Amino acid sequence: MEQVFGRPKALSEKRLHYCPGCTHGIIHRLVAEAIDDLGIQDKTIGVAPVGCAVLAYDYFNLDFQQAAHGRAPAVATGIKRVLPDRFVFTYQGDGDLASIGMAEIVHAAARGEKITVIFINNAIYGMTGGQMAPTSLPGQKTTTSPYGRDINTVGYPIRVAEMLTTLDGPAYISRVSVHDPKHINKAKEAIRKAFEVQIQGLGFSLVEVLSTCPTNWGLSPREALKWLEENMIPYYPLGVFKSPEEVSKVGA
Amino acid sequence: MAERVMMKGNEAVAEGAIRAGCRYFFGYPITPQNEVPEYMSRRLPKIGGVFIQAESEVSAINMVYGAGGAGGRAMTSSSSPGISLKQEGISYIATAEVPCVIVNMARGGPGLGGLTPSQSDYFQAVKGGGHGDYHLIVLAPWSVQEMVDLVGLAFDLADKYRNPAMILGDAILGQMMEPVTFKSEPIDPKDLPAKPWATVGLSGERKPNLINSLGLLPEHLESINLRLQEKYKKIAENEVRFEGTDVDDADLVVVAYGTTSRVAKSAIDQARKDGKKVGLFRPITLWPFPTKQIQELAAAGKRFLVVEMSAGQMVEDVRLAVNGEASVEFFGKLNGAIPTVEEVYREIMSRF
Amino acid sequence: MELDAIFAGFGGQGVMLMGQLIAYGGMHAGLNVSWFPSYGPEMRGGTANCSVVLSDGVVGSPVVARPQVLVAMNKPSLEKFEAKVKPGGFIFYNASLIDTKPTRTDVYVVPVHANEIAAELGNDKVGNMVMLGAILAATEILSVDDIMVSLKKILPERRHHLLPLNEQAIRRGMEVVTAM
Ligand SMILES: Cc1ncc(C[n+]2csc(CCOP(=O)(O)OP(=O)(O)O)c2C)c(N)n1
Ligand code: SF4
Repeated sequence: MEQVFGRPKALSEKRLHYCPGCTHGIIHRLVAEAIDDLGIQDKTIGVAPVGCAVLAYDYFNLDFQQAAHGRAPAVATGIKRVLPDRFVFTYQGDGDLASIGMAEIVHAAARGEKITVIFINNAIYGMTGGQMAPTSLPGQKTTTSPYGRDINTVGYPIRVAEMLTTLDGPAYISRVSVHDPKHINKAKEAIRKAFEVQIQGLGFSLVEVLSTCPTNWGLSPREALKWLEENMIPYYPLGVFKSPEEVSKVGA
Repeated sequence: MAERVMMKGNEAVAEGAIRAGCRYFFGYPITPQNEVPEYMSRRLPKIGGVFIQAESEVSAINMVYGAGGAGGRAMTSSSSPGISLKQEGISYIATAEVPCVIVNMARGGPGLGGLTPSQSDYFQAVKGGGHGDYHLIVLAPWSVQEMVDLVGLAFDLADKYRNPAMILGDAILGQMMEPVTFKSEPIDPKDLPAKPWATVGLSGERKPNLINSLGLLPEHLESINLRLQEKYKKIAENEVRFEGTDVDDADLVVVAYGTTSRVAKSAIDQARKDGKKVGLFRPITLWPFPTKQIQELAAAGKRFLVVEMSAGQMVEDVRLAVNGEASVEFFGKLNGAIPTVEEVYREIMSRF
Repeated sequence: MELDAIFAGFGGQGVMLMGQLIAYGGMHAGLNVSWFPSYGPEMRGGTANCSVVLSDGVVGSPVVARPQVLVAMNKPSLEKFEAKVKPGGFIFYNASLIDTKPTRTDVYVVPVHANEIAAELGNDKVGNMVMLGAILAATEILSVDDIMVSLKKILPERRHHLLPLNEQAIRRGMEVVTAM
């Protein structure tokens, strides 16, 4: 799946620390490629989460701020309000965004904050060693749902893209996956579109990316891709949930 | 004697809590304490208890507020950044006088910091931590065995004084394994004394109970504060715990708690072999602090060396206790590494 | 009596278990013991290590800075900890994976071809037990029985059929030392 052509300018030379087969790395590349394509490297500020992507600031050739766990959308709001002509994105995991940071993401979306959110849904807490996430599937075994996620006691997974779509603030919301080359291309398109929405000042944009965590799922990289396709996509349907017609096809 | 079993500190504090009758645990993952919620998620559902992974530490501590207010033995655990998030809730809990236990397996800060052990949350733990004039009862175990013993004590003291209690550990105490003995029979929560103040529903028999921290009228707020201060005085008089080793004939007393006191103990043993008169004073309650005992040692002409994994926090309480009557020096580590036995030994030897 | 040891290697080489077995064995022998692992994302890099202390007194620091016994299952581990071993101590290294000998001359150096011996025994996973055997024979701190009792406790019931193989591996490791 490694793309053969060169490293995007917006990506640094640092070696990624992600586990073998983890798709965080692919998604980093897609974000960097979108930034390159749109020619906005000099005007983009990233906000890193707390999660496995906590070191995202090392991997992008961009100005970055590191936020407290879950607070990236609030930090991004602060940056964007000071620098309305710059482009600001957050990169957040499902624990970061949909658990501890649920208030921040909902309110940034509701305000129509003109930021872009790259939301990595891997159905688990990677960094802390495989605890249940708000997006863990019913029956999924994790270190804090050792008997499988029991919907009677811990409830149901949260479909973030659909939930935020109920708000009027967001301009663009979609869900993509990176489990095979075809879907990776679609994911890249979606990420690029999300940035375009911001460039055109149309409002809040979010791309939910279904991602793997072979380490904490206890699967090989190949099995993990298959597990994502067979278990996550049925629960988290792919597609565009909200999109402004005005977004032009070609970048700025 | 009961059997010795090997346990991680994190698991021991969880099992100790369960044996103390804790059936309600609310937490949020954070390294290096993840084994606490993981253990609770395995055990509590099997014994009629409740484990909830809250959406955040803010939520977890407020679940504890509710569960403790409803009369249950409730606990939460976290590590430094998560404990910071709990401070609002802890301030409310202390003011509303809801018993509960909070475990902090501290890691290096400030900010997001790192995952290495640290004692830099001392101020936060013993001086209140959130807004307002309040105190937690703070217990500092130095071994996996004390994780078990002190978490039981924490629940008892919390109930006795209707006050939140904290176990202040660190990454090492949470991650290490040692043999532990469960000395007493597990407590069945049904056998615990009734809590007539709890909000459990009127059953038509009494005036409504209220768990509250609001005091809008100045006189009312003052009376709440006076009551709390009165209680803190009583706790300070009755609940100080500490351990002194080789202190009586010592010229130099090393003051240290938790992990650091173990390192100090090894260094002191070495220095004793070299004929140096040095002893260890180990506070077990960090609040209430053994102020009087340290005062007495100062009055007996001893000098002090305080060793901490911080820039110097407990040393301030030692200085307050000594009140200028003896020299109090400090050796601290900031870089996330713990002081080594050799380092502390050198610090001791350089003072003779 | 006090023993400070560091066990280090790749994740998957069973270094944590080796350390735990020594600690459990020490407990079984009536000693005070502690075991302290590397933890958290530092494990993701693939290297793991643990500190073990056995003592007939109170165990002081559970984090071993200057071990008497170093067990290095791979090269990075030997490079990291070799200089820290106390003079007069032991370095056990996995000669199957480490081609450069330790340079220290003030310690006992014990090469163990753990992987080859494990392969001869028909199970690649017991390299750590071979190593453990060498440690038992060289240091005489614990008996095979102390370790086997502990292993029985740690190993889940369904894997108890592996106990004889593990004991065999320990004994083969002991022979490495007695043949030296
Ligand atoms: C206040 C606070 N609570 C908890 C943590 C511990 N923590 C670090 S990352 C993380 C969650 C990681 O999961 P996710 O956001 O899904 O990202 P992933 O690691 O899976 O990419 C948690 C709970 C923290 N750093 N700060
Ligand atoms: S723990 Fe999971 S999410 Fe984190 S780097 Fe490894 S595979 Fe990726």
